[in-house]
Amino acid sequence: MIYFVESKNISNPTLPAMNENAIEINSLTRYFGTKCAVNQLSLQIPKGSIFGLLGRNGAGKTTTIRILMGLMSPTRGSARVLDYDCQSLPPEARERIGYLAEGHHIYGWMTLRECGKFQSSFFRKWNSDIFHSILNHFRLDERAKAGNLSRGQRAGLCLALTLAPEPELLVLDDPALGLDPVARRSLLESMLYVTRKDNRTILFSSHLLSDVERVADRIAVVHQGVLRADCPVETFCDHIRQYVIRYNGTAPDISTLPGLLHSFRTDKEISVTCVKDDALKAALEKLPGEIIEVPLGLEDAFVSYVGERGEKSFFLENTKHQEATR
Amino acid sequence: MALEITISTGNPRPIYRQVAEQIGKAIRLGHLAEGDALPSVRALAEQLLINPNTVARAYSELSKDGVIISKQGKGFFAGKRRMIFTAEERERRLAQAIESVVSESLMMDVSADDLLRRIEKHLKSHPPSHE
Repeated sequence: MIYFVESKNISNPTLPAMNENAIEINSLTRYFGTKCAVNQLSLQIPKGSIFGLLGRNGAGKTTTIRILMGLMSPTRGSARVLDYDCQSLPPEARERIGYLAEGHHIYGWMTLRECGKFQSSFFRKWNSDIFHSILNHFRLDERAKAGNLSRGQRAGLCLALTLAPEPELLVLDDPALGLDPVARRSLLESMLYVTRKDNRTILFSSHLLSDVERVADRIAVVHQGVLRADCPVETFCDHIRQYVIRYNGTAPDISTLPGLLHSFRTDKEISVTCVKDDALKAALEKLPGEIIEVPLGLEDAFVSYVGERGEKSFFLENTKHQEATR
Repeated sequence: MALEITISTGNPRPIYRQVAEQIGKAIRLGHLAEGDALPSVRALAEQLLINPNTVARAYSELSKDGVIISKQGKGFFAGKRRMIFTAEERERRLAQAIESVVSESLMMDVSADDLLRRIEKHLKSHPPSHE
């Protein structure tokens, strides 16, 4: 059911080898009652990579991350984080992980200085230069009460608290949620700053695909709890194509196109978005009329891949793709 | 002259290609002279806010095409202008570009005089060749 999984051996002599994995997920499954939130998810996150976890709301991203952080147990399957079972992460492992939970939670009654002091007591390593420089970056005053911060400022504080222990593995659950463009830029800068040191790994989930496109080495796309892609951004975009079919007279039958995701019909044209593979190429060649291939950016490719088929899509009953998702 | 590169996200053109194309263009236009040092992979990545591997990939494609030169331990440098294409390739590209301009112009009923005037004007707006 995974459409594209590309080899992880990125052969680039200027970069350190990425053969070890910071995170290894094996057939992870989690039910809430009868609802399956994460379904047989297997994924490796190589050390030194910036890994984007994508999916719509409710796709299972946060559940996966919470299981990885040992905050929730899986129904079945297992995962290893920094070579430890995620269900029994010892303090030695936890202090090497920086985890930014979704929603930027803080203790509102503390001042920022107190927040820093509190957080630092959990870590043997605490770089107060990093803590202060991130607060400065977000123009935060240490004497302020954390509860009085705006959403973006709170994100800055959380980022400072997460990065100060200089974690080897950074796990950010939707860190850009609610940030303005300037704060988002600071977030990306911080992420790149973290990976200045070799073998620092970042796993982050996000809905802001332009940010993902900028910084991610690889992406995983999760849809309804199932892993649907695990590859570099470009591979993902390369595999999803839009085709405009110009025809005269009756419209060609496209309902049997393999990998059909989405289609839109006008008078003389049908535009279809499909997963591009050899079967599709062969099927397209058999269609009458002129066919123009249109490449897509990450955002368009993602929306086509996991979007629901709304009014714009017709006749998609019984397509191969739909069977595959069920 | 500073290297100015703009990244557009949501674009079907991958980011590494956007970087490679703009560096290639800067060299062709003489904004970067032969032997000028390019920013390090890390520095350019942080300036453009993109993944360092993306910059590394753009540099490696440019070196492969001879547009920039990699010197072991010293970094990347702008190559010679125009050593980019073979004579045949240059001819092919030029023919293609002319074909596209002419056919578009004919379609829009632009007169031959008008077209030539516009091309002359456009040529003047570009810096003269350094060779």
